[in-house]
Amino acid sequence: MSNTESLIKENEKTNKKGSFKTNLRVGAFLATRQIKRSNIWTNILIIFIMTLTFLNLVIVSGILVGLIEGAIRAVKNHYLGDIFISDLEHKSYIEQSRMIINTAQNIPGVESLTARYTESGKIQGNYKIPKRRPTDSDDSVGTQIVGIDPVSENKVTGLKKLVIEGQYLEPNDYDQILLGAMLLSKYLSFDSPAFPALKNIEVGDRVRIEVNGNVREVKVKGIIKSKVDEIDRRVFFVDNQLRGLIGRTDYNVDEIVLRLKSGVDPIMIKQALLANNAGNFARVQTQEDAEPKFIKDMKKTFAILGNIMSSIGLAVAAITIFIVIFINAITRRKFIGILKGIGIEPRAIELAYILQSVFYAVLGTIVGCILVFGVIKPYLDAYPINFPFSDGILVATLNGTLIRIAILFAATFIAGYIPARIVVKQNTLDAILGR
Amino acid sequence: MIKAQKLVKKFKSGESELVVLKGLDLHVRKGEFVSIIGRSGSGKSTLLYQLGLLDRPNSGQIIINEIDVSKLTDEERTAFRLTELGYIFQDYALIPELTAIENVLIPLYMQGLKNHEAESQAILALEKVGLKEKFSNLPSQLSGGEQQRVSIARAISHKPKILFADEPTANLDSETADIVLKTFIELHKDGQTIIMVTHEPEYAELTDRIVHLSDGIITGDKIKS
Repeated sequence: MSNTESLIKENEKTNKKGSFKTNLRVGAFLATRQIKRSNIWTNILIIFIMTLTFLNLVIVSGILVGLIEGAIRAVKNHYLGDIFISDLEHKSYIEQSRMIINTAQNIPGVESLTARYTESGKIQGNYKIPKRRPTDSDDSVGTQIVGIDPVSENKVTGLKKLVIEGQYLEPNDYDQILLGAMLLSKYLSFDSPAFPALKNIEVGDRVRIEVNGNVREVKVKGIIKSKVDEIDRRVFFVDNQLRGLIGRTDYNVDEIVLRLKSGVDPIMIKQALLANNAGNFARVQTQEDAEPKFIKDMKKTFAILGNIMSSIGLAVAAITIFIVIFINAITRRKFIGILKGIGIEPRAIELAYILQSVFYAVLGTIVGCILVFGVIKPYLDAYPINFPFSDGILVATLNGTLIRIAILFAATFIAGYIPARIVVKQNTLDAILGR
Repeated sequence: MIKAQKLVKKFKSGESELVVLKGLDLHVRKGEFVSIIGRSGSGKSTLLYQLGLLDRPNSGQIIINEIDVSKLTDEERTAFRLTELGYIFQDYALIPELTAIENVLIPLYMQGLKNHEAESQAILALEKVGLKEKFSNLPSQLSGGEQQRVSIARAISHKPKILFADEPTANLDSETADIVLKTFIELHKDGQTIIMVTHEPEYAELTDRIVHLSDGIITGDKIKS
């Protein structure tokens, strides 16, 4: 072994040269001093940028997913419930409805249920006003007439809260209805032949209901508005009256909606109902099964869109960190040269810059998490964003957030390392002499 | 201790080539205090950078303590500088966000010394250069002379075999420069090998040996008896 080799070996042994622990120790020493003694406003600005990046990562996709999630929740809360039981194909009602209702009521985990009668029909307004010409059409709209028990319906779907004009139905109301807002032109912000609507109908006006060939004149007691088209295009009667109107004397209903206790798995309840032969007489679906396909597709689409926008945000953040660290390193090129000159390992200097970027990312993430989970999410849960077709909430799960944090850290790590590496790699003497 | 043989260093400037060291030979013995003097552009700083492993000559050989350092890789040169050599630069070259003691501590930490060992060595070095009271001051809170003494403390804290000083008094007033020179003389009395580049003949006179450089070659080598 030559003298050179033996000396280097000796150095390695005695000085722990190349030890990651030593490099990390020196890197951390330099990084903490540099952060501590740099301009406070520069630090605040960088942390602010990191916070905005974190918010961009979590909130943009969270709101996009939340937009759909809001629509799904509205359908679940006001229409489908946790379990939705409906007519079998080619059947006009659920046979053995009483048996299914009794079974459902006896399953532990079911909190409440409501049953609905539904029938296609027509609603006509302004029929007392003479037509100008014999060829003029009636002011009528095809719709679905729904018979409900106002008390149980409200308990399961909170229908009462959706009344925007007039009053909610009482069990003994006679010849009174609730009208969905999308059946009235004044609540439709668009004019489309696909969505015919009644003109000049207000609470207290009388309208004609035609169902199964029977016609009845009823009073509009209230108008309901949700962001669920299935609700807003319906007419609600008290169930015993609609039963009489459609001649349904067997108490067989068309829809049964179950609300489950918190934490109960809907699939288990569905299995329990199927095990009790409910599947022979009705279609038993969880809310997720009954979700329309376009909602599922939109959910995926918005998630992809959110990820694309987050990726752009992430790239911008990585470039920002890169620029910040690069400017920092390039303006300190001379001192980096001095450190190398006095024997500080390049890896320790690189680690100092990486640790600085990670420090900014950690603080930005902490501030971002406090804002998301302490302020923005609770606020949006309480006051959802009023989008035209849903009440938008913020979907920010722990797993999703952790993944985003990991991505942000990886981007920060790389964005801190590359500029440090570029500057550290430069010739030591040129750096010291500023050449 | 140091043997430089046929050292050549060239710099390219556009099309032309400037030869700064022209096959220079120099031998420095252990414990010597050598000053290198010469006019601006004579190659004295360039020679110091080659000897101090901060730069690589185009040709020639440098042997330090019987080790051919010309053959070392960049990583090995860094390790060698850390453990065997000490530097004092003209402009002090302190890290601005580190206090006096932290500037001295950093190479000691890099050597893997434990906190208390590193601290006691750093304190000892700072005391040796007369900076007992100013451990916690940032470079911006120190005068030029004090900064240069911190730089000396950093260079000697790990007890290097050779100390390189590149015009250490150039930025100092004569009173402060005298203090710095006295520090070097004290270190030399303790057996420290020192190679110093200087413009000042009166400071060179205080050293054991004066090497005169002109146009990339040694034109004079005066050893005091």
